[in-house]
Amino acid sequence: MATATTPSRRKSRLNRQGRAAHVFMLPWLVGLVGITAVPTLASLYLAFTDYNVLSTPEFIGLANFERMFADERFWQSVRVTLTYVLVSVPLQLAFALLLALILDRGMRGLTFYRSAFYLPSLLGSSVAVAVLWRELFGHSGLVNSALALVGIEGSSWLQNPQTALGTLVVLNVWTFGSPMVIFLAGLRQIPEELYESARVDGASVLRQFGSITVPLLTPIIFFNLILQTIGAFQAFTQAHVVSGGSGGPVDSTLFYTLYIYQQGFTAFDMGYASALAWVLLVFIGVMTAGHFLLSKYWVFYGD
Amino acid sequence: MTTQTVTPTAPPTGAAAASTTRRRPRRRGRSVARHAGLGVFVAFMLYPLVWMVTSAFTPESEILTGPLIPEEFTLENFINGWNSLTRPFWVFYGNSFVVTISSIVGNLFSCSLTAYALARLTFKARNVYFGIVLVSVMLPMHVLVIPQYIIFSQFDLVNTFVPLVLPKFLATDAFFIFLMVQFIRGIPRELDQAAAIDGAGPFRTFWYVIFPLMRPALVTTTIFTFIWTWNDFFTPLIYLTDQSVFTVPVALSSMVDAESNSGIGMLLAMSVLSLIPIMLFFAFAQKYLIRGITTTGLKG
Repeated sequence: MATATTPSRRKSRLNRQGRAAHVFMLPWLVGLVGITAVPTLASLYLAFTDYNVLSTPEFIGLANFERMFADERFWQSVRVTLTYVLVSVPLQLAFALLLALILDRGMRGLTFYRSAFYLPSLLGSSVAVAVLWRELFGHSGLVNSALALVGIEGSSWLQNPQTALGTLVVLNVWTFGSPMVIFLAGLRQIPEELYESARVDGASVLRQFGSITVPLLTPIIFFNLILQTIGAFQAFTQAHVVSGGSGGPVDSTLFYTLYIYQQGFTAFDMGYASALAWVLLVFIGVMTAGHFLLSKYWVFYGD
Repeated sequence: MTTQTVTPTAPPTGAAAASTTRRRPRRRGRSVARHAGLGVFVAFMLYPLVWMVTSAFTPESEILTGPLIPEEFTLENFINGWNSLTRPFWVFYGNSFVVTISSIVGNLFSCSLTAYALARLTFKARNVYFGIVLVSVMLPMHVLVIPQYIIFSQFDLVNTFVPLVLPKFLATDAFFIFLMVQFIRGIPRELDQAAAIDGAGPFRTFWYVIFPLMRPALVTTTIFTFIWTWNDFFTPLIYLTDQSVFTVPVALSSMVDAESNSGIGMLLAMSVLSLIPIMLFFAFAQKYLIRGITTTGLKG
């Protein structure tokens, strides 16, 4: 008798918990369907249509993707974005790691330096800092005033297609503080005994760095790399503000996200914009998966 | 200056220094060099921000020609900037606060409820749900934004705050669910069991036991929601086209577009104003902020 009631009582408790769980998750479930799942599917469908908000979407098969292949501005935005990611992320992480190494191990003023270097990260994605960048690198901006002091006549960095993207790279490198804080936390996890025994064995500082610090820090490097790369692919605000939304001069700051925005919300070519967005999604997905596959060869997870 | 911070009371003569700190001179020299180098680098890094603040108080004509610290402070840039759009700037400030605070409330409410269910209650397909949370963390917003815009405009909600705030009440910032699930898993289950023995159901257990204990995770969520929402430009740019509903970033950006008939001074002045809430947060919640980044890897 007892054996017969226990499972059913347990089952009813489970049912009750299940019902309660769905009540708890109700907001999320509504959002998941209405704000995430349905729009995801809708955008996948729109990617295969011609849709300009006023008319009903018209199914056109792969035409949007064919159009992309022939679209010079699409390729330009890919070039700009890849250049931005491939140049600014490694530089940013290099600065972050270097400063974290200098600041490591309970030095005096650590909290002050950490805060000072972190501040730009906190502000870096704001419109205000993008405005500041315009004034720094503009024709009569601060950078040129400083160069004039040492007798160099600077160009107009933002109007010159050769240098405009460079100013945005500098802006991203400037925000090295947040990966630096993560590196600092990672460095603190490395046991001091390892360095002590390395010193006893007569290992040089450089050798300690190469054989202890770097291998034990690779999971953190990997983590920062993934995070910053995904972030850089989705950069938008800086390019929009600095170029006044055009991605200019001559499309030299046409970030991929800016191109999606222009197609979707300036030209209202929402079918094409959806197709562009899906290409970005697939690209980020493939790249992240690639990072994970490659990580087997260089990321060290201890034993 | 650096030596003074090392031994604040004793003059930096050899004997006094040797008696207070037992460092060897070479190491000490290296430490001074390190502080000097770092100091120069900090100054270089922060110079643009300092320049922005002092320029905001400098008369327009002297901003790029005069010294860093202006000879004569002026509030003219703030006054011009404050009224440069069709509404005074406090309207945008107010809008930003409404959106930001609602977003914080929304995230705290919806994410904590969901996280509790996923971390503590036993039900079918729980792992499937948790997997969906993880996948939706990685979904870039650009994929969703066009259909979301179409949906919100069908309901005539463009130029309202609903498209900005409603998603937060529906836990679409799935990252915070993940964060909170991880946190709740660290809370001892004995506490839930004790509450259950006292006759508390899931709701009372959540509200009286788990929610109060989640404070660190809630603080992290609050901080990052605040910073992200306050700085957010993309979403308000798409949904808010009428100046009366502009948030601060959109207002600033539209001032830039009209730069020809405005000046650098007032742009910088309004930029400084727009950063003040973030700076205050930085000053007062820094400990939690740094802890938040190191435990979650989030960027400000």
